[in-house]
Amino acid sequence: MTAITVIDEPENPLRRAPLVEGNNDFTSVTDIIAGVAEKKTPRGWYLMFGISIALLLNLGAMIGYLIFTGVGVWGNNIPVGWGWPIVNFVFWIGIGHAGTLISAILFLFRQKWRTSINRASEAMTIFAVMAAGIFPAIHVGRIWVIYWVFPVPNQMSMWPNFKSPLLWDVFAVSTYFTISALFWFVGLVPDLATFRDRAMKAGRKVAAKLYGAFAFGWHGSNRHWVNYEKAYLILAALSTPLVLSVHSIVSFDFAISLLPGWHTTIFPPYFVAGAIFSGFGMVLTLMIPARKWLGLHQLITLNHLDNIAKILLLTGTMVGYAYAMEFFIAWYSGVEYEQFCFINRATGPYWWAYAIMVSCNVISPQLFWFRAMRRNPMVLFIISIFVNIGMWFERFVITVTSLNRDFLPSSWGYFTPTLIDILTYVGSFGLFFTMFLLFCRFLPILAISEVKGVMPQANPHHGHGDDAAHH
Amino acid sequence: MSNTNKWGIVAEFDSAASIYQACKKVIEKGYTRVDAHTPFPVHGLDKALRQGPSHLGWIVVCFGLTGICVAQLMMWWTNAFDYRFWVSGKTPYAWETTIPITFELMVLLSGISAVFGMFGLNRLPRLHHPIFRHKTFHRASDDRFFLSVEATDPKFDTNETVAFLQSIGGQHVEVIEE
Repeated sequence: MTAITVIDEPENPLRRAPLVEGNNDFTSVTDIIAGVAEKKTPRGWYLMFGISIALLLNLGAMIGYLIFTGVGVWGNNIPVGWGWPIVNFVFWIGIGHAGTLISAILFLFRQKWRTSINRASEAMTIFAVMAAGIFPAIHVGRIWVIYWVFPVPNQMSMWPNFKSPLLWDVFAVSTYFTISALFWFVGLVPDLATFRDRAMKAGRKVAAKLYGAFAFGWHGSNRHWVNYEKAYLILAALSTPLVLSVHSIVSFDFAISLLPGWHTTIFPPYFVAGAIFSGFGMVLTLMIPARKWLGLHQLITLNHLDNIAKILLLTGTMVGYAYAMEFFIAWYSGVEYEQFCFINRATGPYWWAYAIMVSCNVISPQLFWFRAMRRNPMVLFIISIFVNIGMWFERFVITVTSLNRDFLPSSWGYFTPTLIDILTYVGSFGLFFTMFLLFCRFLPILAISEVKGVMPQANPHHGHGDDAAHH
Repeated sequence: MSNTNKWGIVAEFDSAASIYQACKKVIEKGYTRVDAHTPFPVHGLDKALRQGPSHLGWIVVCFGLTGICVAQLMMWWTNAFDYRFWVSGKTPYAWETTIPITFELMVLLSGISAVFGMFGLNRLPRLHHPIFRHKTFHRASDDRFFLSVEATDPKFDTNETVAFLQSIGGQHVEVIEE
C-alpha cells in the first residue's frame, strides 16, 4: 500500500472544495477504483471474510434451531412479547436509510459530494435490508405459512387484513428492497461496462464475460445516457418519499397500537431522523476503514467526512429533541399511564439502557460542533461506533420499556435475552459483512462514471476560458 | 453506394470539450445518424446532437397509475367484497388505511418500469454491437470520447466522412463492419 499524504488546508469559503483531490484525470480515477477490484486480494480481506462467513454460518444454525424448536428459544415472553427480533429489525432497516438518502435525496438537492460515497452506501442499504428482513420473517413462528401475509388464496379462504400496520410493513420493506436494488443496479451498469472493457483488454476472459453479462452491452451511447439520466432522476424522485414512508410505516407498527410509550404522533418523523442518523453512523463505520485500506483518500476526502459529521450532528440533535418532546407530551397529556411509562423508561429497571441511548445519540455527536473533530477520521470512527450502539439501544428502550411494566403490577416482568437471541443478532452482522466484503472485492466500490461527471474536466466548456460564464 | 456490409465510421476524441465541438460540427455538416459514446453523460451533448428528450416518463406514469388501481382494487375486493372483514370496529373498506399500501405499490411498479423501460428504450441488453470492433473503443468506458456516423445516414460516404471526421480532430478514425 502506498502512503498518501493528505494536506488538510482550510477551505476558502468563496470557492467550493474540489470533490476529487490530487492531480487526477479520468484515466487515474478509473485506475484507482478499478484497481481495488483488480489487484491481488489482500490478506486482511481473507481474515475478515473468514470471520464474517463464520458468523453467517452461525446465523444459519440459529435460524435452523429456531425453526425446528420454536420461538420459545428466544427471551420474548409476556409481558415483553416483542423483544430482540423487532429491535434488530428496526436497527437494520434504519441503517439502510442513509444509503437511499445519499443516493436519492442528495441527488435531488444537487449535492455533488454524494458521488464518491453513494455506491457503497447503496450497497450498505441493500445488505442492511436483507439483514433486517430476516427477523420479521423468522419471528412468525410457523415460517412455513409465511405466505399468509401475501394476498394469495390459502386453506382458510381468508385474505390478509390490510388495515394492519404489520402488513403495511411487509409491502413497505419489500418495495424498499426491490427499488433500492434496482437503483443500485442502474448505477452499476456503466461501471460494470468499464470493468468488462478492462477485463477484456487484460485478457481475463471469464471476468469479462461475467461483468459483460451484467453490463447489458452498455456502450455509452448518448441516446442511452439521455434515457439513463431520466431513469435515474425518476428513481431518485420515487425513492425520496419511499425512504420517508418506510420508516414511518415501521414506526406505525408501534404508534398505531394503544400502548403508552408507543401511541404517539411524533413517531414517524422521530423514527426517520433516527434512521438517517444510524445509517450515516454505519456509513462512517464502513467508509473510514475502506478509505484507509483501499487508498481512496483522494476520492473520499476529509470534506466528505466533514459533511457526514454535520448530518450526524443535525440528526442526532433532532433525535435528542424527540426524546425531550416525548417527556413533555407525556406530562402535558395528563395521562398517568403515559407519565408512568416515561418515568419508568428513564429511571426504571432499564435506566442503564436509557443512559446509553442518550449519551451515545445526543451527547456524543455534539463533538461535531468543532471542525477539528469533524475532520479527524479516528474521532469520527469512534463516534460512529457510539452511534451504532446508541441507535440499537434506542429501539431496545422503545420496545422493552413500554412493555415490561404492564398495566397490572402483578404482570410486571424483566426481559433478559437468551444466548440464542444474542447469537442470532451477532450472526446478522455476519450476513451484512459477508455481503459487503464481497462487494468491496468484486464490484466498483465508487461510482466511476458519476465521479468523472463532477470533475472540472467533464464540463464541455472546460479549458475554453469561459468556465466562469457557466457557473 | 454499397454500404451494406458497413455499420459506420467511428472517431476518437480526447476530452469532453472536443467531443462537444465535434458533435456540433458534424450536425452542422448535415449528418443525422450520429451518436456520441462517452464514459459519463456529457452535459449538453443531447442538444448538440439534436437528440430529443426521453419518453421514459410516460411509461412510468402509466405503470404508477396501474399500481394505484391494483392496490385499491386488491384491498377493496379482498377485505370488503370477497370476504367482508370487520376488525376493531373499522369499516371493511376504509380509504385511510389503504394509503400506505397504495403508495408502496405505486412506487414499486413505477420503479420497476423506470428501470426496465429505460433498458427497453435503449434496446438493451444486447450481446454484441458492431462498435466494439473499433480498436480503441474499450476506452469509451474509461477516458476517451467517441463519435459515430452510421452507414444508414443519407450523407454517408466512406471516404468523405472519414476525411471530415479527421479534419475536425478525430483520431483513430475507423470504418466499422456490420
